[in-house]
Amino acid sequence: MELCSFLTLDSFISDPLTHDFMRKALLMSSLVAAVCGFLSSYLTLKGWALMGDAVSHSVMPGVVVAYALGLPFSLGAFIFGVGSVALIGFIKQKSRVKEDTVIGLVFTGFFALGIVLVSKIKSNIDLHSILFGSPLGISLSDVKQTIFISLLVVILLSIFRKDLMLYCFDPRHAKTVGINVFFLHYLLLTCLSLAAVVGLQSVGIILVVAMLITPGATAYLLTDKFDNMTVISILSAIISSLIGIYVSFWFDLETGGSIVLAQTFIFLFAFLFAPRYGIFKLKKLFAGYK
Amino acid sequence: MESINFQNFRIDAENICVDYNGKVALYDANLRLKPGQICGLVGMNGAGKTTFFNALTGFVNISKGKIRINGESVRSAQKDQTIAYVPQNEGIDSQFPISVWDVVMMGRYGSMNIFRSPRESDVQAVKDAIERVDLSDHLSTPIGNLSGGQRKRTFLARAIAQRASILLLDEPFSGVDIRTEKLISELFIQFKNEGKTILLSTHDMIHVREFCDLVLLINKTVVAYGETSEVFTPENITTTFGGISPDFLFGPES
Repeated sequence: MELCSFLTLDSFISDPLTHDFMRKALLMSSLVAAVCGFLSSYLTLKGWALMGDAVSHSVMPGVVVAYALGLPFSLGAFIFGVGSVALIGFIKQKSRVKEDTVIGLVFTGFFALGIVLVSKIKSNIDLHSILFGSPLGISLSDVKQTIFISLLVVILLSIFRKDLMLYCFDPRHAKTVGINVFFLHYLLLTCLSLAAVVGLQSVGIILVVAMLITPGATAYLLTDKFDNMTVISILSAIISSLIGIYVSFWFDLETGGSIVLAQTFIFLFAFLFAPRYGIFKLKKLFAGYK
Repeated sequence: MESINFQNFRIDAENICVDYNGKVALYDANLRLKPGQICGLVGMNGAGKTTFFNALTGFVNISKGKIRINGESVRSAQKDQTIAYVPQNEGIDSQFPISVWDVVMMGRYGSMNIFRSPRESDVQAVKDAIERVDLSDHLSTPIGNLSGGQRKRTFLARAIAQRASILLLDEPFSGVDIRTEKLISELFIQFKNEGKTILLSTHDMIHVREFCDLVLLINKTVVAYGETSEVFTPENITTTFGGISPDFLFGPES
């Protein structure tokens, strides 16, 4: 029994649960995944992948400054996340430089500032956990912040679910019927910043953009209904997180990287075998055998 | 049903200018339309047709001039759902995961509560609108699976469901099948009788003659405006299209 316990599926799943840090990691990562997955539908349809990358990298100096000042790191991250977006908008409007160039320029600038700050401010900041995430070593105060921010984002997205869908689909119609498009634009950006903040704990700053776009992209290949897309996106994000954490536990792999890799594999699976939009179009294959 | 005073102006745009970051897109443009009038908006690409639409819907701000919709500001026209905009097919993401029903329901959003939960009356309005454009068999079809004509009719249904009194249509006849074209022209007659005001942009000169009481020729500003029979002359068209002869535009048979 003891000898073969590693091999059974039951112990594969239940053994890690005996550890307190694993239970916490699994719960927190699932929550974070759900939030990012929810938002992911909107970001992929709006075409904001690059924006997601920009915001998530730009929070770096905010995290460092907040740690140095003893403030909640989410506060610093949020300020710099929103600040980067405002700066991108400002430079784009006031110069002739193209938008994707401005985005790349601003977020790398912010990110570099963060790295320089880390080297200057001699504190107990763990650069590795900021860059690559540390779901297994999440602290109690981080847990509280994460739960609070996650609930906030989920509530905002739930209330404005349909308006945001309309905003992504046809902002001109939204404006024409008196819906506040300006508000929706900044609401989505705010949610993006907040999701990046919680997401970076799971997978780190460098990979958090994957949490924000891959689940949505996967879901987009699997359905033609927006509501289903949201559900699939959330589920695939949660499943990836669970898979990633378990795999990293048993095989001693980097957790953040494992979570994102799991997402990538699920995407590839959808890319190949999605019933309608996969390259092998499973539906047609089966239909051919009938 | 509100009573319609056919003498008041539905759209009254006076000397409007629009510029994007200092680049002038439209200047000193005027337009006055009454209920029941159909006006064609004709001009080259980049002549400011879409900008004109955007100014009327409030999607862009005008830098000079005045726009009155039913005698009130654009802002209050938005609140009252007065104007419906029917985009050209290229203007929308046809791969967006959304059904015909959901698109048409978006016509009701402006008058719903914050959660946009449909009331009985909204559901009925959407049903009726979809029926009028003959898409009742496609209620749950994703718009990506529709033909160009069916997609155009979906957005027309959205405008109908919105119960707008002013319809702005961007290239309503481009890329549509004969059946849709016939249906749209029938709807135009119904809209006219209902006292709706229609402003449509088109490249097709024949459609202007066929449907439009009035025509507005623009090239960054108004080249000519008036009754189609008087204004839609070869000389004016040539000026509008920057010197290209109307023979070329109309084709040899006309």
